[in-house]
Amino acid sequence: MSDGPDLIYRYDGSFKGLMCCVFESFYQRETPLRVISHAETQESLFEIREVVTDNTKASRVMRAVVEKISGEAMNLVYSAYLSDLKDKELHILRFLRLGFKYGASVMRMLTDDTVRILNKAVTHLSNEAALLRGFVRFSDFGGGLVATIEPKNNVLPVIKHHFLSRYPDGCFIIYDKTHKLVLLAQQGRSRIIQVDDFVPPQAGNDELRYRTMWKRFYDTIAVEGRENPKCRMTHMPKRYWAHLTEMQTPPDTRPITDAPARLTSNNTPASGLR
Amino acid sequence: MVYIDVIEKLTILTAAAKYDVACTSSGAERRGQKGGIGNASAAGICHSFAADGRCITLLKVLMSNSCVFDCSYCVNRRSNDTKRATFEPRELADLTIQFYRRNYIEGLFLSSGVIRNPDYTCEQMIKILEILRYEYRFGGYIHAKAIPGADELLIRRMGLLADRMSVNIELPSQKSLQLLAPDKNKDNILKPMGLIRQSITESRTELVRYKSAPQFAPAGQSTQIIIGATPETDYQILNLAAALYKKYELKRVFYSAYMPVVEGKNLPSLTTKPPLLREHRLYQADWLLRFYKFDASELLDEKNPNFNPFVDPKCSWALAHLDSFPVDVNTAPYETLLRVPGIGVKSAQRIIKARRAGPLNFDGLKKLGVVMKRAQYFILCSGRGMEGLKISHDSILRGLLSDRSMQLMEGSSGEQLSLFDDTTVTRGDIIKCLTGQI
Repeated sequence: MSDGPDLIYRYDGSFKGLMCCVFESFYQRETPLRVISHAETQESLFEIREVVTDNTKASRVMRAVVEKISGEAMNLVYSAYLSDLKDKELHILRFLRLGFKYGASVMRMLTDDTVRILNKAVTHLSNEAALLRGFVRFSDFGGGLVATIEPKNNVLPVIKHHFLSRYPDGCFIIYDKTHKLVLLAQQGRSRIIQVDDFVPPQAGNDELRYRTMWKRFYDTIAVEGRENPKCRMTHMPKRYWAHLTEMQTPPDTRPITDAPARLTSNNTPASGLR
Repeated sequence: MVYIDVIEKLTILTAAAKYDVACTSSGAERRGQKGGIGNASAAGICHSFAADGRCITLLKVLMSNSCVFDCSYCVNRRSNDTKRATFEPRELADLTIQFYRRNYIEGLFLSSGVIRNPDYTCEQMIKILEILRYEYRFGGYIHAKAIPGADELLIRRMGLLADRMSVNIELPSQKSLQLLAPDKNKDNILKPMGLIRQSITESRTELVRYKSAPQFAPAGQSTQIIIGATPETDYQILNLAAALYKKYELKRVFYSAYMPVVEGKNLPSLTTKPPLLREHRLYQADWLLRFYKFDASELLDEKNPNFNPFVDPKCSWALAHLDSFPVDVNTAPYETLLRVPGIGVKSAQRIIKARRAGPLNFDGLKKLGVVMKRAQYFILCSGRGMEGLKISHDSILRGLLSDRSMQLMEGSSGEQLSLFDDTTVTRGDIIKCLTGQI
């Protein structure tokens, strides 16, 4: 097995494309310096080899992973591909080399750096997907629901099943601004497409009212005397706030009525400043 | 719907519901159905976090804050001069669906003050749930509070519509109940709890026989205990919780540090700070009961009836049982690993998995997420201890204290000291107390 320190693989960015890079690497008995996708433009002194996506080769690799390592390993590799791990392609390649050497037990080698890096990236993906199942905020446009998210990881393929089950008859769109991907769903069917840009329509009056009510609920449900900004930040990192309805402060969400008197009197300083 | 009206009601009825601390949507797993809306996921989903750092998962409101009862700790008591409001069943059902569609919430947490009488209140609540389940074919999560004193049949009907039911104990002893909630007694709290437990068990047996049998509260039942309004010790409270888990098969017991929101002759004064640290320690101990296979009697007893403010209950236990350590991470069973400070459920599982691929060393443990600062004093790797480790009471103590407790010991501002009940302890006292020399 020779290293190819002056060689870079370039693929189309798809998972099958990545599997073909794995095929190429094993077939040529070489490890490239980097694996980059078409989306990345890199001025390079090194030789770039275009790896063409070929369904047959990709299937052969995937079948080999399941048979010679395990289905669990296949899932790990696919999830790692969706993660925002830097140079994930190379890490995946290294993991598979290890996997084909040790078989199923590679999944238990949790203290090995290659395995650990992949697991860590997948945990990051799963955690972000878990957060976004809750943090996605839809707006209603004449019965269709539209949301924008800005995740670090490519979470749409992970969270789509949840939302398809949540709205079995619904029509909804989730726009991933980071990866320029749109999940389109209608009547339980869905697909993810690449877009250049996506601008949601202007919210109507009804929509604005529900936003206001939600914001009011949010502001009212917190128990004064227990404010804990650090704890909130830990659970709901600030980078998600931009797309959270309740964290916006439009002028039309100021209190219309006072909270019940007993909650504001006695307990808080007269100035109302805290 | 009349918007101003609804938003005012929402404000009043949210403010009145927020002292109920239960905030989970877990325990039910259900796929969305064609022709309906909503699913449920067993782990629960947090949709937001309020300024107090707590998870928001359900639209938590009262149906009404009018109440015929006069429990002195409660903001909705009859004699309290406050704005009252009541949701129309359809109004609240529609609001729930609209919030749900926008992914603001996982579902509804419905409770209520007692209007007219418990039966009437219960019927009105059922109306809301029926609109949701039958008209909208809502498959999201519903947590409903049983109204003590309501007819058995109504409680049963409610349980068939809800995922989780709860009856709040609120005060941890009959004596305290008499003092602060003269209209309630132990029996009319425990009776619906028993009924719910029985209905859940029956429903499970029926499900074995008929797959389509309706499920009664598939996510189980929970309760809430107020901490610090009355003089019960942690020992009494934890024993009560352990008994509830065993006898009533509760899924969760929630602990709520008492917030003085109303004045009353039998209540702590309005300037009392909520005992947040005590609440925190009770939750830690609750976790030890539910996930770490501890028994309540191992954590506290009549001689030591309260938790140590400086170290968590697990470390406290470890310090009092130094003779059970060190344990070898390469051979110790899962249950033993769970008892090591610095090893949690996840890292214990990882250790079990990883050691099948080869023996673990200290460097490897760190990679598995073990908190070495704590764990190092209690473990061996293949018979060997951590190199250069000094084991003395003082060093173990330093390892186990959180940064905040450490600051406290080293003498810090009064602000932080006020978190703790008794502030006159010295460093020497703490060491003695931690090492069981008292």
